[in-house]
Amino acid sequence: MKTVTIEHIVKTYPAEHGTVEALKGISFEIDQGEVFGLIGPDGAGKTSLFRILTTLLLANSGNATVNGFDVVKDYKSIRNCIGYMPGKFSLYQDLSVQENLEFFATIFNTSIRQNYGLIKEIYEQIEPFKTRKAGQLSGGMKQKLALCCALIHKPTVLFLDEPTTGVDAVSRREFWEMLHRLKVQGITILVSTPYMDEASLCDRVALIQKGGLLSVNTPKGIISEFKKTLWSVSADDMFGFMKAIKKDPGVESCYPFGQVHHVVFKTEENSEAWLQQIAVQNNYNKAAIKVIEPNIEDCFMALMQD
Amino acid sequence: MKQFLIFVKKEWLHIWRDRRTLFILVFMPIIQIILYGFALTNEVKNAKIAVFDQSRDEATRAISTKIAASQYFNIVKNLYSYQDIEATFRKGQIRMAVVFPQGFRYDLLHSNHAQIQLIADATDPNTANTLTNYASAIINDYQQTLRPTGSLPYTINTQVRMLYNPELKGAYNFVPGVMALVLMLVCAMMTSIAIVKEKEMGTMEVILVSPLKPFRIIIAKTIPYLLVSMVNIASILLLSVYALRVPIAGNLGLLIAESVLFTITSLSVGILISNTAKTQQMAMFTSMMSLFLPTLLFSGFMFPIENMPVPLQVISNAVPAKWYFIIVKDVMIKGLGFTAVWRETLILIAMTAALLGFSIYKFKIRLA
Repeated sequence: MKTVTIEHIVKTYPAEHGTVEALKGISFEIDQGEVFGLIGPDGAGKTSLFRILTTLLLANSGNATVNGFDVVKDYKSIRNCIGYMPGKFSLYQDLSVQENLEFFATIFNTSIRQNYGLIKEIYEQIEPFKTRKAGQLSGGMKQKLALCCALIHKPTVLFLDEPTTGVDAVSRREFWEMLHRLKVQGITILVSTPYMDEASLCDRVALIQKGGLLSVNTPKGIISEFKKTLWSVSADDMFGFMKAIKKDPGVESCYPFGQVHHVVFKTEENSEAWLQQIAVQNNYNKAAIKVIEPNIEDCFMALMQD
Repeated sequence: MKQFLIFVKKEWLHIWRDRRTLFILVFMPIIQIILYGFALTNEVKNAKIAVFDQSRDEATRAISTKIAASQYFNIVKNLYSYQDIEATFRKGQIRMAVVFPQGFRYDLLHSNHAQIQLIADATDPNTANTLTNYASAIINDYQQTLRPTGSLPYTINTQVRMLYNPELKGAYNFVPGVMALVLMLVCAMMTSIAIVKEKEMGTMEVILVSPLKPFRIIIAKTIPYLLVSMVNIASILLLSVYALRVPIAGNLGLLIAESVLFTITSLSVGILISNTAKTQQMAMFTSMMSLFLPTLLFSGFMFPIENMPVPLQVISNAVPAKWYFIIVKDVMIKGLGFTAVWRETLILIAMTAALLGFSIYKFKIRLA
């Protein structure tokens, strides 16, 4: 049995003119014990999907199950066995760290002591501040506390909606390490993120864009779907270089990526010579052109264009 | 049960830690009592009165007709005994009674001197005062028409008696009014804001995805406000007894029980508002518009309901504060027992059950 199944889920919201389709009939499944990443930019429909799976929203059409329970009919059973951490910081700002944790433990019919082992490693990091009000914690601390609160009742499925948004790089890495430790405990985790670089930390990912799925695969699988050669180029006049490359009719796409530009050609022949020629024609200095391995973001850009 | 208790505790911490709001909640009634202490003028129209005519002669009939013909009074009943007067007042059917002694015309014509007694319900002192003044003026007017030029003047003495509130203390009227107003505001507004706040902060999302039943969430959220209201009731009553010298004439236990009932009514209204309001501002605004003003206007505390156009009188029946106001006036000031207010109590219970049932039924188990 799949832990989470999603079949042709459609969700629309009323808008000024007609309706906006947030989810356009998407389907995928999540296996028991997986760390599954839902990756897409803001407004892709990630939160809508999370709310449908956590029984907080009703889909316009389609079916979904969590642990075999239907999200509409058996919403009570689902609410007994899942953990949910919404994107917005959702703890009581005027309660202390300990009071928040105690509150969430108790309303889920458990106690901190009972499941302390599960949150120990995370909680130890915020324990020095346990009497501080949640509203006065730093962003990373808040996320850790929210995760503790979502975990305290030992859920079998954990839904984390953008847990690392607005968190510093070190805390983000720690957060992912924690998720992998939870995975060892047999908890299935569905996590969403707008950061492409976090995709490689998941067992499988679904790339989502404007309410539609671009691809569902392992991170490696998604990269292997990228069939073309990816060029990394740089020169002293980066902006001019990009404009010159984009003018060329043989170029499929060119976009900035950190310190370099990533370029894909429509046909693979003579592409290196082509790039060299553009650099020479425009008198760019220090031109560096090389073939690189694509990453998830490159795949996302390529899939978006199809 | 443990889940429920921790929820109540959490809710209490929210209130306790927001000191400024708590301060306002506790001191608002005290300030209001002082504010409303200033007299409020009332215009009186078509006040229901009764006549106890022991003389039944030409003169008494003429005066009765004159009184009935004025726009201020409406004679709804003829009484036949002194016991009748008291009973009719207790039922709240009349605001004033006019009593003519036996042999009124005889006295007037032979000794040039006769008496009329005006008995007014002074639980609302302003109205009582206005009524007796108007009636005295009409009687004086009659006296003028009787007097033929040049002869000796006839004098009719009007003797005024204020029932229930002989000293005409304004406080007698506004204490029940402030109680209704404060309870409505504290309970309805604060609960609606507290529930909407959870929606706004996103914590409702997490609570909903928990095994806690929606109706327990609601009840747990309202209990701390019930406690705050009890403090308010106590402070209003203490203030009225010891500072304004308005005694509690009736049974204190009954008064408190009725207040708890009204508090629950108000809490239900608050829950109902929170179901529709999306933001705290909206909840506050809805409470103000749908509770504060109707309570002020239609409870009968500032403006006598019988002076209003009929459609507004009908609307006033839907305002819970009106019934509570009547109950508090009867129990606290007139000193009546449960038998006098059972009908109003029943109406409040029915309103509460309907509101609570409806708001729990409408409580959203999902986000949208």
